[in-house]
Amino acid sequence: MVTLGDYLIVSGILFAIGFAGVMVRRNVIIILMALELMLNAANLSLVAFSRFHVDLSGVPNYNAQVFVFFVITVAAAEVAVGLAIVVALFRLRQTTNIEDISTLKF
Amino acid sequence: MLVFGAAVVINRNPVASALSLVVSFLALAALFMSLDAYFIGIIQVLVYAGAIMVLFLFIIMLLDLRAEELRKINWIASAGGLAVALALLIQIFAVVGRLNVAKQTFPPLTRHVLSGVEGSTSDDVHRIGLLLFDNYNLPFQIIGVVILVATIGAVMLSRRETR
Repeated sequence: MVTLGDYLIVSGILFAIGFAGVMVRRNVIIILMALELMLNAANLSLVAFSRFHVDLSGVPNYNAQVFVFFVITVAAAEVAVGLAIVVALFRLRQTTNIEDISTLKF
Repeated sequence: MLVFGAAVVINRNPVASALSLVVSFLALAALFMSLDAYFIGIIQVLVYAGAIMVLFLFIIMLLDLRAEELRKINWIASAGGLAVALALLIQIFAVVGRLNVAKQTFPPLTRHVLSGVEGSTSDDVHRIGLLLFDNYNLPFQIIGVVILVATIGAVMLSRRETR
């Protein structure tokens, strides 16, 4: 049988992959994709806990699923703004590599 | 799903990376459905695999990214990032391994379907909709304002400078 821990492990691995992507990759677009992976890892563990907490009338806990809905909405808005920033930056500097964008660096 | 998730990070070509992300999201939607969260799974396919990935691919094509293949990898920074990610992974494994709750299987669902439609076995949308417009009405309206602000921000950022 599949246990709750299996889903949590998969979610943790997915989060670690996304985290490694943010740390290692130097392309802003790939970094945004890795951010999406991390948000999805959080969503997966939320849904797993929602399915795990079955209440007395035999239905899953839908509060977590409403929260996942909000997370997906915020992620969509965040990607739209992030990609607009990338396009504006590319127009200004002709690059999407974060090594070349160091104006704010101390 | 994890293989394609790793492929997102490993691929040098942004287009291949984005396509791996699509497959990863679709597999994640399948996992959601295996957890009886049909509404979330469908939203995942529609919003992520549909809308967000089209946005990513469109931007990649628009910017015509190809210069990255030439650049050599900064090995020290990469090793540092990988080490931090590995430490995080080991911590997650340790915590989940010690958790007693994590060893239990999922309890069975014995729900009676709320919506009166004949032959329907799932009423995800009904229940989530009730919760969303009842308990979470204010956050729902706030999220609408967030989307409005994001739209205005995206338009403002991407228009050309006209002084």
